[in-house]
Amino acid sequence: MKVIYTDSLVIGGGLAGLRVAIASKKRGFDTIVLSLMPAKRSHSAAAQGGMQASLGASVKGDGDDENVHFEDTIKGSDWGADQDVARMFVNTAPKAIRELSSWGVPWSRVRKGDRQVVINAEKVTITEKDEAHGLITARDFGGTKKWRTCYTSDGTGHTMLYAVDNKAIELDIPVHERKEAIALIHDDGACKGAIVRDLVTGELIAYVSKTTTVATGGYGRIYSVSTNAIICEGIGAAIALETGVAPLGNMEAVQFHPTAIVPVGILTTEGCRGDGGLLLDKDGYRFMPDYEPDKKELASRDVVSRRMTEHMRKGKGSPSRYGDHLWLDIRLLGKEHINKNLREVKEICEYFLGIDPVNELIPVRPTQHYSMGGVRTKSNGESPELRGLFSVGEAACWDMHGFNRLGGNSVAETVVAGMIVGEYVADYCENTSVNIETSVLEKFLKKEEDKITELLERETGENVFELKEAMQETMMTNVGIFRNGDDLQTAVDTLKDLLKRSKNICLKNKIRSSNPELVEAIRVPKMIKLAITVAYGALLRTESRGAHSREDFPERNDKEWLKRTLTYWRNESDDLPEVKYEDLDIMKMEMPPASRGYGVDNTIHHPDTEKRVAEVEEILKANPDADRHEIQNLLMPIEIPEKFRGQNERVGRGFK
Amino acid sequence: MEQEGRKLTIQILRFNPQLEGDTPRMVSYEITEAPGMTIFIALNEIREKHDSSVQFDFICRAGICGSCAMIINGTPDLACRTLTSKFKDGQIKLLPLPGFKLIGDLSVDSGTFMRHMNERIEGWIHDIKADEVDFNKLEERMDPDVAEEIYELERCVECGCCISACATKRMKDGFLGAVGFMKLARYALDPRDKRSDSDFYEIVGDDNGVFGCMSLLGCEDYCPKDLPHQTQIAYLRRKMLSVK
Repeated sequence: MKVIYTDSLVIGGGLAGLRVAIASKKRGFDTIVLSLMPAKRSHSAAAQGGMQASLGASVKGDGDDENVHFEDTIKGSDWGADQDVARMFVNTAPKAIRELSSWGVPWSRVRKGDRQVVINAEKVTITEKDEAHGLITARDFGGTKKWRTCYTSDGTGHTMLYAVDNKAIELDIPVHERKEAIALIHDDGACKGAIVRDLVTGELIAYVSKTTTVATGGYGRIYSVSTNAIICEGIGAAIALETGVAPLGNMEAVQFHPTAIVPVGILTTEGCRGDGGLLLDKDGYRFMPDYEPDKKELASRDVVSRRMTEHMRKGKGSPSRYGDHLWLDIRLLGKEHINKNLREVKEICEYFLGIDPVNELIPVRPTQHYSMGGVRTKSNGESPELRGLFSVGEAACWDMHGFNRLGGNSVAETVVAGMIVGEYVADYCENTSVNIETSVLEKFLKKEEDKITELLERETGENVFELKEAMQETMMTNVGIFRNGDDLQTAVDTLKDLLKRSKNICLKNKIRSSNPELVEAIRVPKMIKLAITVAYGALLRTESRGAHSREDFPERNDKEWLKRTLTYWRNESDDLPEVKYEDLDIMKMEMPPASRGYGVDNTIHHPDTEKRVAEVEEILKANPDADRHEIQNLLMPIEIPEKFRGQNERVGRGFK
Repeated sequence: MEQEGRKLTIQILRFNPQLEGDTPRMVSYEITEAPGMTIFIALNEIREKHDSSVQFDFICRAGICGSCAMIINGTPDLACRTLTSKFKDGQIKLLPLPGFKLIGDLSVDSGTFMRHMNERIEGWIHDIKADEVDFNKLEERMDPDVAEEIYELERCVECGCCISACATKRMKDGFLGAVGFMKLARYALDPRDKRSDSDFYEIVGDDNGVFGCMSLLGCEDYCPKDLPHQTQIAYLRRKMLSVK
């Protein structure tokens, strides 16, 4: 048995995982990152548009600060977020972006003087302040009050990932490439590492560690069309689920991005609309102002995706052999702007559609994009039920996004959560030692070895590619943007059947070393389990909140549903997860539930809301001289690692 | 309503070094072309419908991550964004990217190579004061034009096309190659990196560095991101010559 020991094991080499690795390594702990491929190929690189942080340097970000960012994030989440976590996040985001600047990210900068921008289809001149010249600038994104999304052209994720991976190389952090964690080792209520398969040799290795951090990204690929990279299959979340101990949170919260190209589902950034791009229907008509007169194309993502779907249902979509779609129009931004700030978009249009977006419309449709759900963690990033198991980034349900994530808040989460959780991971490494019997390791290793042997030896059975496709189609058809009880029941029934069939996979290619079919055969049953947690969670949640939109229950129902879904897969033989709920305590919220300001407000309020609103008002009245930092502390004191507690400076405003 | 797509013949170099006794051979697969089909889609169809053992690497399938570089009808390119319709006779020949260790079939280990390259050029910001920076305070200012120039050079996705297209690299194993020069030029341009020209000279001031380049410029011709390799190599050479 091959065993590798380390202090901090990080599964996943994207931004979140690397940032945790850097934190634990800097604190002096032995750290290993596992990655399916070179870390720089991670899906983080695909984030185009930007990272939200309330620096407020651009004139259109004037007056921005942590409070405004917090309000936008909570509204965006449809009050489903954990407000403590959202607070930790908004307070730390400016530090994260400045740290990345010192590590080499060439953030686009403010240029003093006049510049022309497009706002609401009009060319407008804005004047950047002299004193802000050379500071990090920001662009507009959906669902935000201020221009807060910092960027490097439209290669933000790429430059962030390269800077962070280069930092990891500088710190000599080993990245074990082409290694896949296929099970977690746990014993006595604590996670102690992972069983890892070498994707080249096929060898199984036991990695034993004090902390294990799941940073494997989202589970978009349980859908047949997704903007996600093809490795975003949710395996990290699935192996946490398969412990039978660690719960997943809010798996039914799945975001659809308004503008992925048709048919392949590659993303065009929200920056297209942030910079002034419009959505048009088959008649060339700009329809969003009819639905959302205030925010128009820049309403929150879930809202825009629903409005687009509604509009297509009215017969206003442009027909194509791949079904109806709408158009994204960025022509009005002009050639120079597109070539400089939307170059990835331009390349994607040229290569995959054969069009030039400077002169032509881009065919787009809402497409699966982001997983708000994931491994449930406490605010320190640790599983509430399995000690030593941490999770971070899209893989986690740390829960700053609730039921809808704002554009620009995901790459921001990766590095901010990486900083914060990384410190808690290091604390855990400092205060614990691993104690594990070899026999326990052998048991976990043998279980996986036996499963693989069984797969390789089975003579007849199911085709793994067909099972995967059936799962993905089911999710597309029945667990999409608009959901209803009948479809969701169909999805759950179909998926249960697929899960049963996945226990009888037969491989054509029967070699134990590098074998892509075997990789699928190991992953697909895990993916089907995740798909069931999504569909079943959606079936049980009889309300509409954020991206979870039930046609048969259109109201947001705070009275009964202001709670987080927790799913457990107790036994290998189960065909459905155990579902529990965790209440969100209104009486502790800094920002009690209210309307998001889109469409008709049909919220069924919780009785505590009124009480808390009155309480907040009283606190404000009783402390007329308190500044906003003191007020925040009175309303909702938060825990945050010592080194991130300082207040953030802004140009022309100081630390106020 | 639609016409039946044409037949494509896709030849793939098959070889699995993990299998004892396996030898390299070309294997042909016939598939029906679909509208908008890319080599990514075609290869997946081959794996799912014809031969589940075919190895290849795709991650983003959008031309962003650089994992799928291979030799497509004789030239290195990103397979994910290469449309099959580009090849008028429907014949497509795929070989793994040369210059890297073969994992199997079309999959190569570019990761180890790139990590070593980054370690060799120390591809990160060198600033002894970096650890003392107070991130609560305003960030260091940068000229907006300089930020844009750095980004221009930072668009490299480490796909390896430049290495596979480099004759110098083929003859001289220790040659750094265009990917390394581009990164070095990027750091040389960055005011946050406090390394001096003579520091850079230590890294690339010999014939395994910029002076070894034979200027055949395969790197420039085949860079999928159209990076200005020629200009940057010339820039580094001039810079290195000025080092006393």
